[in-house]
Amino acid sequence: MTSIKVPTMQEKIANGETPDILFWVGCSGSFDDRAKKITKAIVRILNHVGANFAVLGVEESCTGDPAKRSGNEFLFQMQAMQNITILNGYDVKKIVTGCPHCFNTIKNEYPELGGKYEVIHHTELVQQLINEGKLKVQGGEFKGKKIVFHDPCYLGRANDVYEAPRDVISKLDTELVEMKRSKANGLCCGAGGAQMFKEAEKGTKEVNVERAEEALSHNPDVIAVGCPFCNTMMTDGVKHFNQEDKTKVLDVAELIANANDL
Amino acid sequence: MISSIIFIVFLITGSAFFYINARKIRRNILLGKDVTINDNASERFKTMLLVAFGQKKMFTRPIPALLHLFLYAAFVITQIELLEIIVDGVTGQHRVFRASLGGFYTFIVSFIEILSVLAFVGTLAFLARRNLLKVPRLVKNELNGWPKLDANIILIMEIVLICFIFMMNGADEVLYTRGQSHAENIGDNSLSFTVSSYLGPLIYGSMPTPGLHVIERIGWWGHILMVFGFLNYLPFSKHLHILLAFPNTYYSNLKAKGQFHNLFEVTDVVKPNFDSSYQSVLDPNAVIKFGAKDVTDLTWKQLLDAYSCTECGRCTSSCPQNMTGKALSPRKIMMDTRDRLVEVGKNIDKNGGTFVDDGKSLLGDYIKTEEIWACNTCNACVQECPVNIDPLSIILSLRQQLVLEQSSAPNELNGMFSNLENNGAPWQFSPSDRANWINEN
Repeated sequence: MTSIKVPTMQEKIANGETPDILFWVGCSGSFDDRAKKITKAIVRILNHVGANFAVLGVEESCTGDPAKRSGNEFLFQMQAMQNITILNGYDVKKIVTGCPHCFNTIKNEYPELGGKYEVIHHTELVQQLINEGKLKVQGGEFKGKKIVFHDPCYLGRANDVYEAPRDVISKLDTELVEMKRSKANGLCCGAGGAQMFKEAEKGTKEVNVERAEEALSHNPDVIAVGCPFCNTMMTDGVKHFNQEDKTKVLDVAELIANANDL
Repeated sequence: MISSIIFIVFLITGSAFFYINARKIRRNILLGKDVTINDNASERFKTMLLVAFGQKKMFTRPIPALLHLFLYAAFVITQIELLEIIVDGVTGQHRVFRASLGGFYTFIVSFIEILSVLAFVGTLAFLARRNLLKVPRLVKNELNGWPKLDANIILIMEIVLICFIFMMNGADEVLYTRGQSHAENIGDNSLSFTVSSYLGPLIYGSMPTPGLHVIERIGWWGHILMVFGFLNYLPFSKHLHILLAFPNTYYSNLKAKGQFHNLFEVTDVVKPNFDSSYQSVLDPNAVIKFGAKDVTDLTWKQLLDAYSCTECGRCTSSCPQNMTGKALSPRKIMMDTRDRLVEVGKNIDKNGGTFVDDGKSLLGDYIKTEEIWACNTCNACVQECPVNIDPLSIILSLRQQLVLEQSSAPNELNGMFSNLENNGAPWQFSPSDRANWINEN
C-alpha cells in the first residue's frame, strides 16, 4: 500500500493551485479510529485516479448536524456559518463528503445560510469515477462474497440516493442481497437524530441490535455501509451476536479500495 | 309532499351543522403560526393527484391497500347516486335520472353495487383485522378507548350503509317486476342492476307488495340519513382524512426529507457575527418563542397534519424506536396534537372567542420528553404516511422548545453541545488534532 497524499486547501492555495473538489472528512472520519480507515480508503481512491482535491484539515469543523437534529438551532447556525465563511473564502464549488450527515446538511441546509455548493456523497463519486472510466474495479477478495447493504437514512430516505452504493457494490462481482427493510423502507441503525451521543430511552431492545439481527439473518460475509455512524452501530450489533469473525462491517469505499489494492 | 319537507329539513340542518363544525376545524387549524406554502402549484397538484386521489403510497402494503381501494372507490362513485337521491328527496320523484339516462344509469348503479359488495367484504376484513386478527399496529396502546371505538363505529356505519343500499335497490327491483315501483316504467320488466336484480328477488321475492314499499323506503331513508350522519360524524372522527387528505397532500413538503426547516429568527441574530454588512430585519424587542410548547406554537400545516391523520399506524409500525419498545410513537404525536388542539378549540368556544389559559400544554401534558428524545430523525414515519403527514417536524419543534427555551436537553446532549461549541466536534478532541489522521498509519 502506497502512502497517501492529502493536500490541504491552504497548501493548495499557497501553491497557486485550485482544487477541483473539496473532500469534507467530517468529525467521525477525522477523530474516530475506525472511521479514519474509511477516510483513508476514500483518499486512496482519490489518489489512485489522480484527483485534484484538498481537505480543510484543521479549518474544518462539525457541520452542526447533531445540534440541528437535537433542536439546538443556534449552535447549528453558528457552526454552519463558520464553515460557510471558510468554504466561501476558498471559493469552493464542489464537495464530496465521507458521511451522509455532512452530505445532507451541506447540500440541503447550507444554501439558505449562504453556502451553495455541488455536494455529493463518496459513493456517488466512486460511481461517477467508474462510469467515466477513470476507476477500473475488480472484485478481488470480495468476488462472489455475499454482501448486504444497509441504507444510511440521511443518504437514502433523506436524499433519495439508493442506487449509487448498490451500483458500486455490483461492480465487485459480489452477491448483493437486499434486506426486507431496504431503500425507502430501510431501518435506521439507531445513531441518527443525535442518538449516537446519548443513551437510548427506556425500551426492550437497542435499534442497532434489531438492525444487525436483520442483516445477519442473511448470513452475509460483509455488511456494507456508507456512513461512519452506521458503521459503528452495525459493528456493535454484529459483536452483540458474536458474529464479528464471520461478518465484517465495511464502508463501500473500503470495499473498492481493498478489493483493488489501492 | 310531507316527505319532501322532512327531507329538505334534514338536508338543510345536516349541511348547516356540518358547515358550523367544519368552520371550527378551519379556525382551529389557523390557530397555528402562519407559514406561506404557495410555490410550485403544478407539482403540488400532481402530488395531491398521485398520493391522495391515486393512493400511491398505500400500495407499499398491497393487501390493506386493495381492501381500502374497495371502500374508497365505492365511496367516491356513490356520490353520483347521492345526487339523484337529493333531487328525488327534494322533488318527491323516484329514480329521476333513470328514464333520461337509460343504459348509462343502469351501468352507473350496477358499478356502485359491485363496488358496494367489494366494500362490504373490505369492511368485514377491516373489522377482523382490528378485532380478531389484532394486527399489531391496530391494537397499540394509544388506540385504547375512543380511537378504537371510533374506528369500529366507522366500519359498522359503512356496513349498515351498504345494507340500506341493497334494501333500497333489492326491494325496488321486486316492486318494479310487479309493476309496483314508483320508478317510471320504461318498457322493461327489471331495473337490471347487476347485484340487486339477483339479490332482490332472492331475499324479497316472496314478500307482499305493501311490505316491500316499507322496506324500500327504510332503505332509501336509511341510506340518506346515514350519509348525513356520516358527514356530521366526520369532524369528530379520525375519518376526517377522507376530506383533508386532499389539502394535506397539496401542501406537503416537496423538499428533500433531510432538509429541516431553517429558523430565520436565529439566522437574523447569528448572521451579523459573520457578515458585518448584514442588517437584522426582525424587531430586537419582539418576544420570539423558539420551537413549540403548545399547539398554537406549531404552524397551520403541522395542525392540518394532525387533523388529517386517520391513525392507521404505518408510521409507528416503521419507527425504529417504537419497534424496540420505546415510548415514541409518531402516530401518538399526531393524535396528541389533534386532541390538544380540539381542547384548545373548545376552550375558545366556551370563553366567547378567546383562549383562557388552562395551565396545560402539548409538551408535558400530552407528549412526554421521553418520547421526543427517542427520535432518530430517520424519516421512516414521514416516508410511510399515505397522506404525507410529517410527525418529525413536530418532534423537532418540541425539541427546539426543550433546548432553546427550557435548556432541558438530556445531560449527554448538553455535553455534546459544549464539545461542539468548544472543539468543533461532538467529542472532546482538540480542533488542532483534526488533521492528525493524515500522518497516522
